[in-house]
Amino acid sequence: MSHGNMNLTLKIWRQNSGKEPGQLVTYPVKDISPDMSFLEMFDVLNEQLVSKNENPIVFDHDCREGICGMCSMVINGRAHGPKTGITTCQLHMRSFKDGDTIVVEPWRAQAFPVIKDLTVDRSAFERIQAKGGFVSVNTGTAQDANCLPIPKDDADASFNAAACIGCGACVATCKNASAMLFVAAKVSQFALLPQGRVEATARVKNMVAQMDAEGFGSCTNTGACEVECPKGISLENIARMNREFLVANCKD
Amino acid sequence: MSKLDSKIPDGSLEQKWTKYKSSVALVNPSNKRNLEIIVVGSGLAGSSAAASLAELGYKVKVFCYQDSARRAHSIAAQGGINAAKNYQNDGDSVYRLFYDTVKGGDYRAREANVYRLAEVSNSIIDQCVAQGVPLAREYGGMLSNRSFGGTQVQRTFYAAGQTGQQLLLGAYSALNRQIGLGTVDMFPRHEMLEVVKIDDKARGIIARDMVTGKLERHFGHAVLLCTGGYGNVFYLSTNAMGCNATAAWKAHKKGAFFGNPCFTQIHPTCIPVSGDHQSKLTLMSESLRNDGRIWVPKKQGDTRKGNEIPEEERDYYLERRYPAFGNLVPRDVASRAAKERCDEGYGVGASKMAVFLDFKAAIERFGKTQAKKLSIENPTPQQLKEFGKQVVEEKYGNLFAMYEQITGENPYEVPMRIYPAVHYTMGGLWVDYNLMTTVQGLYCLGEANFSDHGANRLGASALMQGLADGYFVIPYTIGAYLSKEIAVKPIPTSHEAFDAAEKEVQTRIDKLFAIKGGKSVDHFHKRLGKIMWDKCGMARNEKGLKEAILEIRQLRDEFWKDVRVTGKANEMNPELEKACRVADFLELGELMCMDALNRSESCGGHFRVESQTEEGEAKRDDDKFTYVSVWENKGNNEWDLHKEDLMFDVVHPSQRSYK
Ligand SMILES: Cc1cc2nc3c(=O)[nH]c(=O)nc-3n(C[C@H](O)[C@H](O)[C@H](O)COP(=O)(O)OP(=O)(O)OC[C@H]3O[C@@H](n4cnc5c(N)ncnc54)[C@H](O)[C@@H]3O)c2cc1C
Ligand code: SF4
Ligand code: FES
Repeated sequence: MSHGNMNLTLKIWRQNSGKEPGQLVTYPVKDISPDMSFLEMFDVLNEQLVSKNENPIVFDHDCREGICGMCSMVINGRAHGPKTGITTCQLHMRSFKDGDTIVVEPWRAQAFPVIKDLTVDRSAFERIQAKGGFVSVNTGTAQDANCLPIPKDDADASFNAAACIGCGACVATCKNASAMLFVAAKVSQFALLPQGRVEATARVKNMVAQMDAEGFGSCTNTGACEVECPKGISLENIARMNREFLVANCKD
Repeated sequence: MSKLDSKIPDGSLEQKWTKYKSSVALVNPSNKRNLEIIVVGSGLAGSSAAASLAELGYKVKVFCYQDSARRAHSIAAQGGINAAKNYQNDGDSVYRLFYDTVKGGDYRAREANVYRLAEVSNSIIDQCVAQGVPLAREYGGMLSNRSFGGTQVQRTFYAAGQTGQQLLLGAYSALNRQIGLGTVDMFPRHEMLEVVKIDDKARGIIARDMVTGKLERHFGHAVLLCTGGYGNVFYLSTNAMGCNATAAWKAHKKGAFFGNPCFTQIHPTCIPVSGDHQSKLTLMSESLRNDGRIWVPKKQGDTRKGNEIPEEERDYYLERRYPAFGNLVPRDVASRAAKERCDEGYGVGASKMAVFLDFKAAIERFGKTQAKKLSIENPTPQQLKEFGKQVVEEKYGNLFAMYEQITGENPYEVPMRIYPAVHYTMGGLWVDYNLMTTVQGLYCLGEANFSDHGANRLGASALMQGLADGYFVIPYTIGAYLSKEIAVKPIPTSHEAFDAAEKEVQTRIDKLFAIKGGKSVDHFHKRLGKIMWDKCGMARNEKGLKEAILEIRQLRDEFWKDVRVTGKANEMNPELEKACRVADFLELGELMCMDALNRSESCGGHFRVESQTEEGEAKRDDDKFTYVSVWENKGNNEWDLHKEDLMFDVVHPSQRSYK
């Protein structure tokens, strides 16, 4: 079980901290197997750097199976790389060929400042959710789960919105660095269910206000976010959120 | 007199929890405001506990190492969560869920805890639905259920293949609500590296800010560890890259005893290792065994592709050995059978360490039913195959896509290759009925504790346990302790105990940097993983375990002489993070082997080669081993063994049989 035989040139964004400028640094890697994942290729490179007593490249990752939303690389100009419907950690080297040059950069957005190398600060997403991404129900106060029948289609639609992994690829992809797709997914997940209707007005207003306060850009309907979203979160959610927002403001 | 008091309430099994709840001491609301609780971990256990405690009025601080609480590894759970709702009217009950769990755990769990778990399971589903968790539903609007291994009823609730994600997002939303209300302070990208004890009580932690590298002191009247499992001691597992034992291990070294460390669950259906570069393993949901057939070639060393091997040259070894359960035997049995075949030289794929999971028969069967449904008479073989594939895609499409993404092979055309992988650790910090460890005020919830699954966990029971502990157990049981702490004013973190704990951490970090050795952290981690997998994995024996203990000791010495940690302490530094974790795994690994060596019976996921039936099945030794092994750390990698005898008042241990 040896490594494979792909040789590649990597150009990787190195930046020591948010306060210092960064630059692309070129690294050759050899003997890469097509069966490796993209992040395993990074492991190989990092082992090389350690052996040369250099600092390995810092990047976010955890589950390595496309569900935690931690990994976040812009690969050859595309968030999560050349394939659609997957995250960076799900990308495999067989999507590249021997001799390729691959450019890897962090998410770029004003609201996601770089912490180090390819790692950015996405805490803006957290603050948006703390403003309304919930149903106000204390533990222990719930009625029997089947007392509230919910049409399957509604439950499924809510599930589809809730599939968002909070990775931020939508923001990284948008030329305005708008967070609309993410916030819309969160708003929709609740808006589609009766449990979420009770606080719907306050939710959409508060979350949108926080989104604006965090310095995300505005949405100009380019639809780029939908294309790069690894979980297929659809633009319909944005339309739904806009409706919710309009109705909420009419109520004032 | 034993040092262990499990504090199981008196009374009949059915009455224990009810009585406990109505008699446990309470803390009045104005006092709650003055009591601070530290929760380490934001998975199902941590998030649910933190949110519920904050709702009650306590002041809560939550820590996790990821950049968001929502990324805890609970997010990756696929299959589902059990509850005794009996919505399917198929004869389920609290008692049955309790019984299945005790039996599934091969009679090595505490009856009272498991009964309580089954009792609160229904409230979990109610709570999640009220939060807006989009669980799967039928067309009539009611919740849907599916069946899972080791049971005869349909009691598993699910959200497609993303149940853990949806449940965690529910708990996370409850947590977010409290953060917004200012009752919870959240500390993401923080790693706990030490417990602070004052007068023998847990009073806080030392955590490292993983962005700045700064060590921080945090006080709490009580500390809850909800830090997940330690499967990564094997290097390769289905756990996330960052899953670790550090929090639990530091607590262990500060006096919290460790229960059943060797009880590990090896999941039978994972995607096999493809090379030395492998960094983690991916689970393929157990549900695939409902329709897939598992086999190996009848000929050793057969190099043909799966679909080129004719039917009569295939050995469907599970169906052959276990005619009653076939491909649906419990996880431990299926895993061992795969290993046995590969060890005998029948394995497939480049590594020869894999078996086939084949959907050909299912595609044919589904094709025929579908043709009937569509009233097509005399369908062509092509049509049948197409119809069959459509049905398979509907049921398992996302899993098939995942398999193809990882392996580059199309599982609709060639059989999948699978192999067992480390998945879950039943062992963990020993806790009493209140979920308190042997350190006063230090609690342990979720996968990190040892409590409810005995020697083997049933599918869909870990999510249930994490949420039971967090939503419905700890909010009551913590009162028993905190009601006596109301007079304690917050202790300033300038206290000498904080000084000492921080110094300990600082010294350890300095020491790691000072080694300036020649080998990377991963190098040591991989070697440890190999020792553990070969000698403390699916099959264990006395000789191998003794060797493993020596090898781990040597490796540990080598680590402390030759590890290279690059970078600095006062910056974001994943190499340092890994080094701290691997240093702990190198100690825990030894304890796991000692525990496995001591337990010379086989039970559940723990298979001692010396203790098997004539047919090669696990053989328990109830006379000698009906106890929890509870290890006390004596320092210098020495341990004392304590035993918590297990009483079975209600169920009667019998030998499991799946023939
Ligand atoms: C791939 C996979 C699929 C699974 N599928 C199922 C299933 O279908 N059904 C089921 O019931 N179970 C399943 N399980 C098991 C189940 O998911 C876990 O046992 C359970 O989610 C663990 O929850 P937890 O809250 O205890 O820990 P986790 O969710 O692992 O959370 C641990 C938390 O602790 C934090 N942490 C850890 N160490 C530190 C530290 N030192 N300092 C600070 N923070 C720390 C982490 O940041 C994280 O927030 C599955 C497990 C895996 C791996
Ligand atoms: S909407 Fe899609 S791209 Fe944006 S955070 Fe969610 S999963 Fe990521
Ligand atoms: S590492 Fe979790 S989604 Fe990529």
